[in-house]
Amino acid sequence: MDRTIAVATSDLGKVYDGVPAIQNLSFQVYAGEIFGLLGPNGAGKSTTLRILITTLRPTSGRATIFGYDVVADADRVRSLIGYVPQERAIDRFLTGREHLLLLGALYHLPKPEMLRRIGEILKLVDLEQKADRVAKTYSGGMKRRLDIACGLLPDPKIVFLDEPTLGLDVQSRLRIWEYVGRLRARGITIVMTTNYLDEADRLCDRLAILDGGRIKAMGSPKELKAGLGGDIVSVTVGDADATRVEALAAALKGLPFLRAISTRAAGVDIRVEAPEKAVPAILEVAQRIGCRLDFIDYHRPRLDDVFMAYTGHPIREEFPQASDE
Amino acid sequence: MNEYLQEINALTMRWVRRLGREKFSLLFTLVQPMLFWLIFFGNLFQRTADVQVVQAPSYISFLAAGVVVMTVLNNGLAGGVDLLFDKENGFLERLMATPIRRSSVILSRFVFVMTLTSLQVLVILGVAYLFGVRPATGLPGVAVILLIGMLFGVGLTAISMALAFSVKSHGDFFSVLGFLSLPMIFLSSALVPLAAMPAWMRVLARFNPMTWAIDAVRPLILSGWETALPQVAMVVVVMLIFDALCLYGGARAFRRALG
Repeated sequence: MDRTIAVATSDLGKVYDGVPAIQNLSFQVYAGEIFGLLGPNGAGKSTTLRILITTLRPTSGRATIFGYDVVADADRVRSLIGYVPQERAIDRFLTGREHLLLLGALYHLPKPEMLRRIGEILKLVDLEQKADRVAKTYSGGMKRRLDIACGLLPDPKIVFLDEPTLGLDVQSRLRIWEYVGRLRARGITIVMTTNYLDEADRLCDRLAILDGGRIKAMGSPKELKAGLGGDIVSVTVGDADATRVEALAAALKGLPFLRAISTRAAGVDIRVEAPEKAVPAILEVAQRIGCRLDFIDYHRPRLDDVFMAYTGHPIREEFPQASDE
Repeated sequence: MNEYLQEINALTMRWVRRLGREKFSLLFTLVQPMLFWLIFFGNLFQRTADVQVVQAPSYISFLAAGVVVMTVLNNGLAGGVDLLFDKENGFLERLMATPIRRSSVILSRFVFVMTLTSLQVLVILGVAYLFGVRPATGLPGVAVILLIGMLFGVGLTAISMALAFSVKSHGDFFSVLGFLSLPMIFLSSALVPLAAMPAWMRVLARFNPMTWAIDAVRPLILSGWETALPQVAMVVVVMLIFDALCLYGGARAFRRALG
């Protein structure tokens, strides 16, 4: 399939004071898709994004946006992109409309065009009524929507979202996801960073898993999950402590149909080929070593299993509870 | 070029709008320097100050030049604060992701600070006038005073912006500012003429660009063109060198901050 390439990076790297924040990053984003950079804090997602939006210079490698180099043709790139930052990058003393008027002037939009677009965008993000109030009076969700409005004003071909739903309540998250869907429907390419597995799974057409500044895996959520091969059997150990869990993991190691084992605080996740055969075998082993199991289930691989498989650790260190889905 | 001007205009208007919104801040900005220094200090030390020593009809007329340059100092050094906050909250990055010339942001700040400072200087001279201080060089002299103020202000604002781009936390910015401003004021001819200072202070004051500025502004107020002109010529040269150094340092800090 001959698809236009919206973003292409080749061996991209950035070193700060001798420490590489990202290295050897090579990936492509196709026009019209939603591409995710998924990874924990410190993985290098924001660094990558900032290089792509031209506010940071790479120390090695290249990146192009619709064919224009982000360093050599920075101005060209800037006129093509929209950016929605992670923090609320707004001026508390200006009204929503004034933000958009300022940006409109900075993008050198002709007045009538600018006013038309501002009207349209305010409607799109539901800020029409509060547009003429100063941003200081906006709620967290409204500030985010203003961020989005600012990012969309130049009518960009590609929009970069940095952790779009970080710290938001459930309702705001759903709303933002809906906006992203609407953007995609208009043919806009979207590159987003996130550390939320559910967000990546739900929104992204393709994603790259970033950890420690490198890409560990790349593909559509579906491909990545199927690529693991097999299902995941999750057991939770009764009276769980580190030694019991380790003992169980050790005892299970020998089993034939086992693909991989990883331990959690309260139990073990085992990737197997055929869960229907695996479960009885696992129960038997547990019984043999006198380990009581409180809970056992199996599921098709989820994105957190994918993440774990490629990076060796969960995306967030936390107690096992209902996963992010 | 048109687009460049549009950018600078839009960015400068943002500062103007903000100033208009913060009513208290606006009032305080216009009123503060005069209230404390000119009116209180000036009148307070009226009799303590020896007319022979200050070589001026009154202490207030002596002090006026100092207050003018102090205002330029304070405004200039504080000129980078808003950029510091923009850097910290990500607004600066938003601006940098647009296709503007990188220098528009800096220039808009210069334009705003210079204009505001000039207005304040006019207010100070206006209030001094009410207390009987008549500039010996008249309105043209006032224009020259404004020019000197702007020349000095450019360098100071550049320092402030360089600082804003270089500090790791904004606490550092304000610490450095505080550390710089008061010594600069006392180690200058703002409050006391150089001749009347203890020798060691006089030496330090000679290296202070503030002293040069004040020693040009003062004769413009107190003496007349004959005495003032050579001082003005010297201070212009001094300021051009000062500005060149500050702008160079500022440009480097700016480029480094943009990664």
